[in-house]
Order: sequence, then structure tokens, then C-alpha cells
Amino acid sequence: MNNPYLPYPVKIDSVVTETEDRNLKTFKLVFLNPDDEAGFNYTPGQFAELSIAGLGEIPIGIATSPTEKGYIMFTVNKVGKVTNHLHNMQAGEIMGVRGPLGNWYPWDVLEGKNVVIIGGGFAFTTLRSSIVYMLDSANRSRFGDITVVYGARSPGLLLYKEELAAWEQRDDINMHITVDGTDDPNWKYNIGFVPAITKEKAPSSENAYAIVCGPPIMIKFTLPVLTDLGFPAERIITSLEMRMKCGIGICGRCNIGTEYVCKDGPVFTLEQLSRLPNEY
Amino acid sequence: MRAYTEKIREAAKRLLSEDRVDVVIGFRKGTVALMNEPFLVKSLDQVDRLYWDGNCGINLANYLPKRPDRVAIVAKGCDSRNIVVHLLENQIKREQLYILGAPCHGMIDRRRILAALDGKEPLQVEEANGTIKLIGRDFEETLERSSCLQDNCAICIHRNPVVYDELLGDLVAEQENVDRYSDVRRVEAMSSEQRWQYFDDLIAPCIRCYACRNACPLCYCPTCFVDESRPQWVGKSIDRTDTRTFHFLRAYHVAGRCTDCGACERACPVGIKVRRFTKKLEKDIKELYGYEVGLSTDERPPLDTYRPGDPEPFFK
Amino acid sequence: MSETYVSKEKLPGIVEQLMGTHRVFGPILKGQYHQFALLEESADLDLAFRNTRLSPKALFHPHSERMFEFTLEKGNPDAGILKEVPKDYRSRIVLGIRPCDAYAFKLDDRNFITDQFKDPWWVQRRESTTLVGLACNDPCSTCFCTSAGSGPFDTSSLDVLLVDLGEGYLLQAVTHKGEQLMGDLAGGESVPEHCTEQAAALKQSAEAQLGIQFNLDPVKQKSMVELFDAPFWEDVQFSCINCGTCTFLCPTCWCFDIQDEVYQSRGERIRIWDSCMFPLFTLHGAGHNPRDQKLKRVRQRFMHKLKYYPDKYADGIACVGCGRCVQHCPVNIDIRQVARLMAESCVCPV
Repeated sequence: MNNPYLPYPVKIDSVVTETEDRNLKTFKLVFLNPDDEAGFNYTPGQFAELSIAGLGEIPIGIATSPTEKGYIMFTVNKVGKVTNHLHNMQAGEIMGVRGPLGNWYPWDVLEGKNVVIIGGGFAFTTLRSSIVYMLDSANRSRFGDITVVYGARSPGLLLYKEELAAWEQRDDINMHITVDGTDDPNWKYNIGFVPAITKEKAPSSENAYAIVCGPPIMIKFTLPVLTDLGFPAERIITSLEMRMKCGIGICGRCNIGTEYVCKDGPVFTLEQLSRLPNEY
Repeated sequence: MRAYTEKIREAAKRLLSEDRVDVVIGFRKGTVALMNEPFLVKSLDQVDRLYWDGNCGINLANYLPKRPDRVAIVAKGCDSRNIVVHLLENQIKREQLYILGAPCHGMIDRRRILAALDGKEPLQVEEANGTIKLIGRDFEETLERSSCLQDNCAICIHRNPVVYDELLGDLVAEQENVDRYSDVRRVEAMSSEQRWQYFDDLIAPCIRCYACRNACPLCYCPTCFVDESRPQWVGKSIDRTDTRTFHFLRAYHVAGRCTDCGACERACPVGIKVRRFTKKLEKDIKELYGYEVGLSTDERPPLDTYRPGDPEPFFK
Repeated sequence: MSETYVSKEKLPGIVEQLMGTHRVFGPILKGQYHQFALLEESADLDLAFRNTRLSPKALFHPHSERMFEFTLEKGNPDAGILKEVPKDYRSRIVLGIRPCDAYAFKLDDRNFITDQFKDPWWVQRRESTTLVGLACNDPCSTCFCTSAGSGPFDTSSLDVLLVDLGEGYLLQAVTHKGEQLMGDLAGGESVPEHCTEQAAALKQSAEAQLGIQFNLDPVKQKSMVELFDAPFWEDVQFSCINCGTCTFLCPTCWCFDIQDEVYQSRGERIRIWDSCMFPLFTLHGAGHNPRDQKLKRVRQRFMHKLKYYPDKYADGIACVGCGRCVQHCPVNIDIRQVARLMAESCVCPV
């Protein structure tokens, strides 16, 4: 019987330090067994449990897009026991991945729509996955305008800097990169909080959906901006975090009302959340 | 002790209406025989649900730490001693409290009665004249009250509250010539191997639900060592080493603070005699320092003070 | 379905027969209370019990279970790779389980066996187990199975039902599995006259004794958010000391934690009962805790049992009315009272 608790063994292919505070690293992982890779069919918005024998597991959003073959990638913030250990691991070491888990951004619904992506800080991982996915030559025509507002506290804390720069050069995506503040005289993008920049750039809500991921405070102040721009609650999508263990809706800890964030989420529309207890 | 019920209601009414306190902590009548539920009264209309009888064994001092408001609280001897401990440990301020002292005849051990009835279920209980009448669907049985007390109550020598603002009844005669430590001496007489086995058997049924800890007024640490995850001190399974670690460390953490209120044993769902650990420490504290817990707010407990003359034979 | 009769003096022989072909688990008096354990001798079986202190859920979902094992040995090519641990799935019988406790497994199935994911240990233990239940002729005052979708003679989750008729037991096959088990037994007698009627009368009187203690229909109509925000939680939660007694004794509390434990270079991943009463249950790695107050944890437990589960699965409540939490809550929080509060916002007995 297929055991949903058993991680696939993977090898760390590379480790990249993303941010100047060195708290965020991106791990590129390759499956040890080709069958496992073939079975790991994911969709942008999903997450996986990263497993380190002897320490435990952590749920992390998948940062790669399924259009990127041969590896999967996770950007991990150093906060607890498992992530601290992971940050000390090197290319070549063996660990485990269990997934893909959870639901995903509603790509069937987003087809033919304009997509506004709003991200803050290190919650940009599944948003990166989504952007790469939409920009893929096989997919780009399926979506309308793509607008991205992505902010961090300072330039050094932005993730995926090279890709951000590359996307800036493209004309099939509107990039609005911003930082809360900087002393860098060469900073060529925006300065300001994500909600303010969203308001300033005012992406149209016409035929559009917004995907918002970031720290709670950013989400709190961005939602009214989106409402003012005319986005109804059912077209504002977010992804939640919760303490998880099993990741498959069985161990019982990550529920908000009837919904398990690990299995029924992590992706919810604002409209769905409004019908759930405010306990997250 | 049912007579206290009226007194408690009267006091609660008076204290709330005179705005002396914001809330009253007492008991309300339980939904099953031989049980009552700790109850927080916030308004006058709730006062008549306050209740008292011999099934108020829960230590109400457990509900005090870090309360911000003015509280009237019903306190038996042990509860009052735990209030003293809370005062010494700055968990609550004396001026916040209005203590309704409840001189106590010992609290009833529900499990002991249920065991004595051998499967028959009491639905109604009447306490009178030193007896307990138990009435079930098709039986009626009367037991001597003194034979039905919680273990700690049977050997209690502080039945009267040590600190109070008013009394709910006359002070009771304290028990004299009580041998408080016969069970401790029995364990002390064992060889170390026997003792190890004895304690291992004692905690074998433990399911790590932490009812003993959570019922204990002393266990107010914001994060208990068993819950600490960075670093994690103790495993969470029912591995013997981890279960031992929990019980041993908890016992030591309440050394010199435990009033032998019996809350831990009363709460344990699998009937572990948790006091077998704490009684030994209570005895040691008494023998080494001549200290009895919770009798006075004027003296610092021996384990949180250093005195040049402190005995130290246990330093090895 | 077939019926047979076993007189009490013949029961040990029947149990021994079963022990020859199955691992047989039954209520055994250990210390102060009964618990389900593997029978070493037929005489250990004690069917003259009210119910076990702990529910039999541990037979399917043990308190601490090894999920995987691994080595961390330097240079070992398998270092850091989790391996499955062999388990004993030989066929077994749980004898004397109360109908409510068996019904609990059916509720738990909804959690452990979903379209998308199946818990392998739960599934295989369920498949390898035959449930032989013992009807409750004399329910406790804390029992309320009839208000929780089950009953003292509920056969919905049993393979065989035993009814104690005084001198002997009436055995009624419920499922094909039960039919087979009974077919293999030697020593059963044909059912004496009036026994079936006697069992029916016992059922009726037990059900009457239990009555209907609350009605949760109004809870279905109320929204999750309305109940969540109800003012009565403040009163319900006060006495709670946030221990795990209710959850650990409950047959339908399945929540667990997963932990890795290492000794020298060997380790295992284990799962351990956890409790929504514990603050750590929902504490995020970064420090945020969505259920940081006792009130929220108490509310979660009752809402889960009486609102979230029924709403999620369009089924009955996640409670079978065994009454263990009522019996053993150290501070006498009574789920029946909470159910009435949720239904009517009043505590008048029905």
C-alpha cells in the first residue's frame, strides 16, 4: 500500500543564499529514484514536506514550476529546529521530500483572465512558481495581462534577484518591484510598502484575479486596496500558513473550522475565508 | 459542609454588589454524582449557582495566577496554602484577593467510592452526620465518610485555611497524631533496585495527558519543560525514559512548594498515585529545613533562599 | 444473518478456539480498571465490565507508533533515508467491544481513509480485525450513545453482536466476516426459545434508560461563524485545565504529532497522540499561535466534534456518547451540557 507519510529520498543539488541577512536559502533537490520524480506531479501553489531524518519535517511551498524539469526547488527561511539544520546542509547530502501536498492556485479559472500577483518578503516562493509557469511559452497565451507587485524590506532581502531583473526586461509581464526603503543610490525600482505601490500602480480589476501572499500585516493592508480597485472577495486568492504535521488532512492540527489548511488549502479565496472562523 | 453553600452565595452577593470584587471563584453543582465544577461568577444573577459539598476537591488556587482582576475565592486549607505560595511567587497580589475560608473535613475520593461499589453507579449522594449515603438505580448504600476521603485529606493536618478574609464556618479541629509519611517510609526501606521497580510500575499506566500537571496550582510555567521544543528536553512518546523524566522532574520542580493538596491524584485519569513522589520531597524539606509549605507569607521558602547554615548532606 | 447461543460455562472454550486461529483482544482487568489487551489465557477475559477506562482506539491508533526507521551512520548509503517498519497484521478479533466504541471506528475511518490519502496502518489494522461487540444491557448514567447516532445494541460497526442473556450469550452475525467467524465455531448451540425476544426486550429497556439527552438539529442550521462567536464559550472554558484527559480517553479523538527520535546513529519517526488542548498543538515555528488561549482550544474541541465534523462530512457528530470524557474530566466539563448550549444556548435538560 502506498504510504503517504513516506518521503521520497532526494539529493541536494545546490544551495543558494538568497538574501543578505543569510536567513533565506534556496535548495535545489533532485530525486534519487526516477520513478519518484515521475510520480511527483505538482501544480503551482502546492507545497511539500521537507524531511530530515532525525529532526522532522517542515511544510514549504514549491518554488519551481512544473515546466522546469529535472529538479524541484524550495526557498527556506531559517526559523526553527529543522530549518536551522537544513541551512547547514550542503550539496550532495540526502534528505526527503513528501508531496506534492495541498491545493493550488485555480489555474483553470485563471485561464483567459488578467492575473495580478502581489507578494511580500519570503512568501514569494509559490508566486515565483506561478510566474514561471505562466510565462512558459506553452502557457503564456492562456492568460491575459500579468502584473506583479513584489516587495521586501530592502533590496538585499528580495528573492530571485536575477529572475526579477530578467522579468523586468520582458514586455509580457508588468513588474513592480519595491522595497520599504534603501540607501542604494543605484536602486532603480520603487520605494514604498506593497499596499501603497499596489494602490499607486492600480492594476485593473477588469476580468482580473489577484493572488496575494505575504506577511499578515501586508495582507491586512493590501486587501482594502484591492477591494477599492474593484476586486470582489471571490477573485482575491491567498495562501495560508499553519502548523502542520501530516500534510494530508489526517493529523488534525491545521484546521480553520471545517477546512484543513494542508489538504483543503493552503489556497483559499477571501470569500471562502469569510465563511470560516477567524482563527489563523 | 453543604451549609457553606448559603454562606458562599451570601458572601458572593455582598462582595459583588458592594463592588469589593469583580469575580467570585467557587464551584457549581456537577453534572455527575460526586463531582462539582469550578465556576467563575461574574454577575449577581449567577450567584445562586454557587455550590459546596464534599466534592470540591479541585484546588481553586489553580485559577489564580496572573489574573488581573479583584477575586473572591473559596479556599479550603490546602487551597489557602497554595494561595500563600502564589503570593510568595508573585502570581497574584494579596490586595486583589478576598479569601472565603472554608474549614474542611476532607474531600471525598470519588474513585474510591466507585471502586467500593464495584460497578454499581451512584446517581444521588447525601452527606450527613459523618456518613455518605449513595443512592443508585436499584441500590442504596451508606459509607462512613472518613473511609471515603482522598488519601491526602485523610492525613491532612491543615484543614483550616491559613489565610482568609472571612470564614464560612467555625474552624474545625485539626487532626492530631497523624502519621503523614508511612508510605514514604515504606519506599525508603526498599533497596534501590526495588525502588526503581516500584516507581517504574507506579508510572507504567501514564498516558502523558498531563492532567496531574495541569491540575496543579504550582504548574503555571508559561512553557513547561516537556513542551519546550527548542531545545526539546523530553520525548513525547510513552517510552519509559521519557515518562520517568516527566514525573521525576515535575516532582523536583514542586519540591518545597507542594502543599499535598492531592489535585494531581484526583485528576489523573489512569489512577497514578502521583503523590508518592511529592510526599518524599515534602518529608525531606520538613526534615532538612523544618519548613512546611504555604503557612506564612513572611518566610521565603528554603529552596529559593540561601542561608549559611543550610544543611547539605544531599550534595554528593 | 445467523444466530447462535453460547452458555456462559462454554465461553472459555469458544474463546480458546478463537485464540487458536486469531490474536484475540478483550477487556482485561488491569489494576483499577479494564483495558483492551491481547488475551494470553481465556480466563483473563472479563466481560462483566462497564467499559474500559481508555477507549480501544489504541488497538488501531496506538499512543506511540513507530512509523519509519533510519540510520544516520556516516558512510552508509542508506543514511537519512526512511524505511518502513514491519507491523503485525495477522488477523485478530476484538472481543467484547462496546457498540459505541466500534461505531467510533467508523467515524474515525472518515479521517484516516479518504479518497485521496489512506493511512496505511489504520487501513491494514481495520482490515485484519473482526469486531465482536457486547451489547450494553445496563448503560451508565454518563452514557448518551442514543443521542450521538449510536446505541447500546448498535450493530452498524460490528461483525458480530453478543448479547448477555444472564445464563449465556446470544451471538448475532452482522457482516459476512462475522458470519464466517461464527460458521467456523464449534460449540455454539441452537438458540433456545424466547432468546431473540429477550434480547430485543433488553435492547428496548437499555435504549429507554438512555433516552435522548440532547438534540443537535439546531446546530446544523446555525453557521460555523455564529457558533464560533457565541458568548457561552467563556463560561464553558473557565474550569478547563487544558489537560489531555478528554482527548486521550476519547474514541474519536485521533489527532497526532509526528516526532523523530534518535539514539546514537539509529533513529525512528514516530507518531504520538496529540491533543488540541495543548498550546503547542498549533504553535507556528515562527512563534504565532492561532489558538493561543484556553478558550480557543476548548471551543475547537467541541466545535470539531459537534459542528465541523458533521458539516465537513455531512454526517453525524464526531462523538459516540461513550461518556468517558464526562466520567473522567477532572473538572466535570460535560459535553452534553455543551451540546445543549450549542443547540439552544440554554442548558435545560431535554
